[in-house]
Amino acid sequence: MLEKLAALGRFGLFLFQMLGAIRFSAPQFRDTVRQIYVIGARSVPIIAVGGAFVGLVMTLQGYRTLSTFGAGNALGTVLSLSVFRELGPVLTAILFCGRAGSAMAAELGLMRATDQIMALSMMAIDPIGKVAVPRFIAGVISVPLLAAIFCAFAILAGWFEASIVLGVDSGYFWASLQNSVDLSQDYGQTFTKAAVFGAACSLIATHVGYHAEPTIEGTSVATTQAVVYGSLATLFLDFLLSAVFY
Amino acid sequence: MASPKTEWSVGAFILAGLACALALAFASTNSGDRLGGDSYRVTARFTNAGDLKARAPVKIAGVKVGEIESIELDPVTFDAKATLRLSKGVELPRDTGASIFTSGLLGERYVGLDPGGDPDALRDGDEIMLTQPAVVLEQLIGKFLFNAGSEKKSDAAPPEPAAPDAGY
Repeated sequence: MLEKLAALGRFGLFLFQMLGAIRFSAPQFRDTVRQIYVIGARSVPIIAVGGAFVGLVMTLQGYRTLSTFGAGNALGTVLSLSVFRELGPVLTAILFCGRAGSAMAAELGLMRATDQIMALSMMAIDPIGKVAVPRFIAGVISVPLLAAIFCAFAILAGWFEASIVLGVDSGYFWASLQNSVDLSQDYGQTFTKAAVFGAACSLIATHVGYHAEPTIEGTSVATTQAVVYGSLATLFLDFLLSAVFY
Repeated sequence: MASPKTEWSVGAFILAGLACALALAFASTNSGDRLGGDSYRVTARFTNAGDLKARAPVKIAGVKVGEIESIELDPVTFDAKATLRLSKGVELPRDTGASIFTSGLLGERYVGLDPGGDPDALRDGDEIMLTQPAVVLEQLIGKFLFNAGSEKKSDAAPPEPAAPDAGY
């Protein structure tokens, strides 16, 4: 029990260390850009395809249920509200955790195991500022952008399924969609949640990677922990933020 | 700087993300419905505001001209006092009537305005005097049952003759 408390404390300390190591310098900026490429730009295919399939299946399932009440025209409402409020940010964060979070934790774990982090601190370079901060900032910037791409693909795929495959009137679909999504309450929620999830996932991934046991097994444990804890934290924060937003 | 391919991809990624965000903001939200430009406020009192909420539309002849800003209870008269925000381009006569309608059978409530013929116009802060409360389903059903019941009674027996007035 006390050990868990100590682990939580280490986590909090790491967050403060990272925030303290943020400098607006050219080298850190370069590293951040490189990390945005590695964890953000290279995640676009999985996010786009995932978004498209989520849109397709939400439309299909929604149509089946709504048409029993003769409310097929409310399909746009169901799809857009579920994607913007919940599925968009949460699924983006979980996919991001699985793809980029595990990569970050593995990289940092390997750096720890091959003593690269020790070497950096020997050379009086702050290892947290060099290695962890760029990944954290890249995560906070990338996840909202990825969430936007996810939502766009989900809604487009949903429209395709609804109007071309299921035969719902396109005009009604877009009208009900536009009427039910509020700019600040629903649309704004998506990006707020995505930013918070991105920060949480990146923080957890860099923490478990940076503090991994310097062995092969330690690296694999860190990778698993990054995905599991990151996903759980995302779901927990999702509930918290949804409760706050309502 | 990092290799040009990296910078390229990051730039394209950020651009794609922002483009999707903007496209979604305009194409899939009710951003167009927001009241832009100048607006003025009028108040209206209803004996029953029903399900009317803040941000509900205010319509004339089915066209949205404003929205409800807030609904409060007047602690003295126990009326619902609604503040309506109307766009400045719409000038209404002083004897405009406000009623609460429902869009569709089970839809949301909105306020419909019925312009009158008064030459003077409503200004910021004025009150709409003619109002009709929301229709409550239970009261409607109660009236229906009451009318149906009283019809049955009059079919069964003729009404009693009225008592003669004293002194005539």
